[in-house]
Amino acid sequence: MSKFFNELFRLRRGAWEMVASILIALGVFMLMQPFALWAFSSAFFVTLTGTVMFIIVSHFPEGE
Amino acid sequence: MSGTTIDHVARATPPKVARRIKGLSDRAIAWIFVAPTIFLLLAINIFPLLWTIYLSFTNYRANRPNAEVSWIGTRNYERILGDADIWLTMQATAHFLFWTLVLQVLIGFTLAWLINQKFKGNDLWTTIIVLPMMLSPAVVGNFWTFLYQPQIGLFNYVVAFLTGADPTSFSMIGDVSLAPWAIVIVDTWMWTPFVMLICLAGLRSIPDSIYEAAECDRASKWRQFWTITVPMVLPFLMLAVLFRGIENFKMFDLVVQLTGGGPGNTTTLTSIDLKREAFEKWRTGYSSAYAIILFVTVFGLASIYVKALNKVKER
Repeated sequence: MSKFFNELFRLRRGAWEMVASILIALGVFMLMQPFALWAFSSAFFVTLTGTVMFIIVSHFPEGE
Repeated sequence: MSGTTIDHVARATPPKVARRIKGLSDRAIAWIFVAPTIFLLLAINIFPLLWTIYLSFTNYRANRPNAEVSWIGTRNYERILGDADIWLTMQATAHFLFWTLVLQVLIGFTLAWLINQKFKGNDLWTTIIVLPMMLSPAVVGNFWTFLYQPQIGLFNYVVAFLTGADPTSFSMIGDVSLAPWAIVIVDTWMWTPFVMLICLAGLRSIPDSIYEAAECDRASKWRQFWTITVPMVLPFLMLAVLFRGIENFKMFDLVVQLTGGGPGNTTTLTSIDLKREAFEKWRTGYSSAYAIILFVTVFGLASIYVKALNKVKER
């Protein structure tokens, strides 16, 4: 866990890609879930944030 | 004088062109070759994407080309993301996507595993199994509507034979609760062979020597399956899921032919809804925003999926 946060602080690709992936997956789930309309309404924002973040962080240097 | 292809091409090049090319660097020549592809990519992919993004912020309607187009900011996005009908459409798509992928992977892998066992006539069985995916989706949709007919449909009679129910007591494409499953069954029937073929390629790429080594170590068949077969087929399986996932996210023809999105809106998938907004209601700006939402979703999913696939391949 500490390695993960260490990579986050040092702007390493692995950890940040993980964060972006979680955001994308969460956004897609929110878009298609049948439970709450408010989650559907904010799903696109979450997915877009994750996708843009993924594109940016995939250019970060690789961790050890 | 040598007779290689390069010599033929060199001789066929007009002297005027040859003189011009002679002064160019390798890099410049490479750019000349790549430029048409880049130009086509920009014209066919990038420009329409940027234009769609622009239109999604306007109230443009393609059936009123002379009407004034005004910038309305994010209003199209707000309306789509607050629309309960589109929310239901997304749920119908999720149901279709999830169950088709689960069934196609399970049945496709099982079929591939069975076909991979060396038995007499397995080539013939492979050919028979892959037949459905060679058919046109319009044809498949059309003849499954007949198979699903409560009065004369073969499907109802098979179900009745297996369960003892009255064949005319249910309608697969007319019942609100059965119609989503009707489209799942047809897509699974049609595209499981595709997943099977990819899995079969994966299974046949595993060298026999690995299994022989496992036999020497007295590993059971069950253990061989989970520690050799599954990990080595996994990249192939993930590719199949990626292809089928993207295809099914934009599924249109088969479902339109089969149910037309009905009954009600129970089988209206996002692509069908998008087409209605764009080319029946002619709300071009609104449907552009809709398309961008779907694009970002598929792009995001594909990104994390490709990353996962690369990780599996590295193992």
